[in-house]
Amino acid sequence: MKAIGVILVGFLGGLLIYCSMDFPPWGDPHSPASSHVSPYYIEHTLEDTSVPNIVTSVLADYRGYDTMFETVVIFTAGIACIFLLRVFKAVEPETRLYRHLPTGITLRIAQGGKFPDDSDQFKRIDSDWVPHDIILQTTCRMIIPFIQIFALYVIAHGHHSPGGGFQGGVIFGASIILFAIAFDLRSAIKRMGERLTAFLCALGVLIYAGVGLVCMLYGNNFLDYSALADILGVDRISARSHGILMVEIGVGLAVMAVMVVLYYNLASAGKHDEGL
Amino acid sequence: MIWQLDLIILMIVIVLGIGALTVKDLLSAAVLFGAYSFMMCLLWAIMGAVDVAFTEASVGAGVSTVLFVAAVFRTSRRTKD
Repeated sequence: MKAIGVILVGFLGGLLIYCSMDFPPWGDPHSPASSHVSPYYIEHTLEDTSVPNIVTSVLADYRGYDTMFETVVIFTAGIACIFLLRVFKAVEPETRLYRHLPTGITLRIAQGGKFPDDSDQFKRIDSDWVPHDIILQTTCRMIIPFIQIFALYVIAHGHHSPGGGFQGGVIFGASIILFAIAFDLRSAIKRMGERLTAFLCALGVLIYAGVGLVCMLYGNNFLDYSALADILGVDRISARSHGILMVEIGVGLAVMAVMVVLYYNLASAGKHDEGL
Repeated sequence: MIWQLDLIILMIVIVLGIGALTVKDLLSAAVLFGAYSFMMCLLWAIMGAVDVAFTEASVGAGVSTVLFVAAVFRTSRRTKD
């Protein structure tokens, strides 16, 4: 069986490499892709949309449908993860570990014992990840705001530099995941709850589709942002630039929330109780 | 594009890809896959696709490695095959 697999992979890989020999060379100016479509974008992007970064304008304006359904794919991935992994029935843990904060002593409370959840002096810790690392926690506490500001910068500055909704959203989600790793999953969920993340997933897609729908209501095509000129009070070319920013914010929200949802459900096996 | 640099990075990409497939320890496979993503990110940056390189660095090398590690943490560390 394994030999057949190896032969099949070798054959198909060889076929792929053989077929790719017909491709135009890398950066060939006479290839079909660079002689019809690309010159249009390179020559007209700035006067059409007033966005210097051509990639962003192609991604969110010329090919807006693609990006919208990419966002829908990410949203669907988050929802599927919730449906597959989330355990909605509250599971009673057999034993729990608590740390007495003034002394640093770890307490193990067996099933049936009284859990000191509402006390200030005790803090619940995970059963298989117990080290109390104050250096790690302080460093993360200091670094996380800067990661988040950088993420917002990446989203907002996607018009002028590499970046945009996907990258910024992932970086913002990574900052929350970093918090959940450095502290514990429960304190991350306390700050960014399950309802909020699910709501933000849907809100991101809604913002994207909603901007397209508003354009339609003003008599233009779906996702033709020049229709937003009347609402925003700018000319039609800047309106396309602002429309790109709006949908990037939507993409960023959806991606950030989906990353956090995936991490919560994977790290805690759907219980949202003890995690990495 | 410097072809020596390109060749070195492509070789490292292939070695890391084969390593991630063959290694028995899944945590090592996740880390190797993160390194593979980072090398791909360098490759995109060399080719001038900075946006793709940025996405690869944040998604491939960053978050997906964390998600793999979380999945390994919740399942088993040794592969069956």
